[in-house]
Amino acid sequence: MPGDVSALQLLLSGDPALLAIVRLSLIVSLSAVVFGGLIGVPFGAAVALTRFPGREAVIVILNALMGLPPVVVGLAVYLLLSRSGPLGSWGLLFTPQAMIVAQTVLIAPIIAALARQTVEDLWSEYRDELAAMDVGPLGRIATLIWDGRFSLVTALLAGFGRAAAEVGAVLIVGGNIDGFTRTMTTAIALETSKGDLPLAIGLGLVLIAIVVVVNAAAWGLRRAGERLAG
Amino acid sequence: MRSPPLRPRRRRTSLSHILPLFKAKTGIDVKVVAQGTGQALDTGRRGDADVLFVHAKAQEEKFVADGFGVKRYPVMYNDFVLIGPKSDPAGIKGMSDVAEALKAIKSKGAPFISRGDRSGTHIAELDLWKAAGIDIGKEKGPWYKEIGQGMGAALNTASAANAYVLADRGTWLSFKNRGDLDILVAGDKRLFNQYGVILVNPEKHPHVKKALGQAFIDWLVSPEGQKAIADYKINGQELFFPNANVPGA
Repeated sequence: MPGDVSALQLLLSGDPALLAIVRLSLIVSLSAVVFGGLIGVPFGAAVALTRFPGREAVIVILNALMGLPPVVVGLAVYLLLSRSGPLGSWGLLFTPQAMIVAQTVLIAPIIAALARQTVEDLWSEYRDELAAMDVGPLGRIATLIWDGRFSLVTALLAGFGRAAAEVGAVLIVGGNIDGFTRTMTTAIALETSKGDLPLAIGLGLVLIAIVVVVNAAAWGLRRAGERLAG
Repeated sequence: MRSPPLRPRRRRTSLSHILPLFKAKTGIDVKVVAQGTGQALDTGRRGDADVLFVHAKAQEEKFVADGFGVKRYPVMYNDFVLIGPKSDPAGIKGMSDVAEALKAIKSKGAPFISRGDRSGTHIAELDLWKAAGIDIGKEKGPWYKEIGQGMGAALNTASAANAYVLADRGTWLSFKNRGDLDILVAGDKRLFNQYGVILVNPEKHPHVKKALGQAFIDWLVSPEGQKAIADYKINGQELFFPNANVPGA
């Protein structure tokens, strides 16, 4: 297919428009991973390590929220940030910031649910040790997050994968504005609607390649970290 | 210099050709969110756009009459075309009366793809069914499929299903995945497609960039803007015909 070649060629030849799209995709999705991680990891760990009434229900809801439809998240964030919405005065609709907000809402539950499982598994190994050392609840959370940091990378990567792949949320709150809020996925949707299927497929292959590179980098980082940590 | 962004909404096509000319002259950066007319008017009603560039005159006038827009300016026109498979099971090729063509499609039960998304093209399609004396809401059968998506998606669907579809000529000319489709009916004066531009009313939404938005509208209807529109061509074919100065357009 000639399209595969042309999209890759555009990327390799440093086409500024395509590079800007790739850059924005990475900025938005990686920012969402950072914020989603800052919210999701401590929340998941707290749910794993504390006992309270309704905890099982929280876990079920958290697991169910992993399946949040991007288009519903997009619509909710749209209504929130619209000039006629409660946060309209911020003027964030149709900006990259709005896209980061939407993707953070989308992936924080994924990271939280996976972090809860990871930390809970660790807890069964460390329980006696931490109890003997008389570590308080916050200390336990911090200790187990730190000890599970390499496994938690998988939770973050799952969040990144979801963010990088979705089109529904960023399309609604970003508006697919040329040179401003156009990402890989919204560009693919646009080229498909123009009937330029080869270019759309080519862009899709570029997106998949980028996701592989990010995962490889995370894997390398994890291996290096594990070696250093001994 | 980067001026504060404007946010007009509109369908698609020639803006990527004319916006750089506008920016070169004024330094104003226009940000385009491409939406169908129904969605674009709703976006304007919510105050999420400064300027609307749309094509459904009756709804545009209602938008202004309801106080959401300041004034509607006619800008340009092109036309709708009835697209269908070259095999033409309804036998409409070359008909000059689009209403007769739609009647033939319905009586043959030939597959027809409708946008079904309240866009300007969808509204025009519904008006044409009415002109053909067909109450499509009641009389549609399995041959009539509303996909609820944009023009490109409708053309892709028609191309895959060898179905009939109403399209604006601009989208058709730049559409690449044509398969077996071709223009079968064009030229009926009821296929006329007028575009208008509206500044969202700053009295309803005070954050609207009034001066910048009006500057864009003034440029679009000026001789320079009108020439830029006429100069936009695909494969040597003019896509839009400026008519800002035609009374009643």
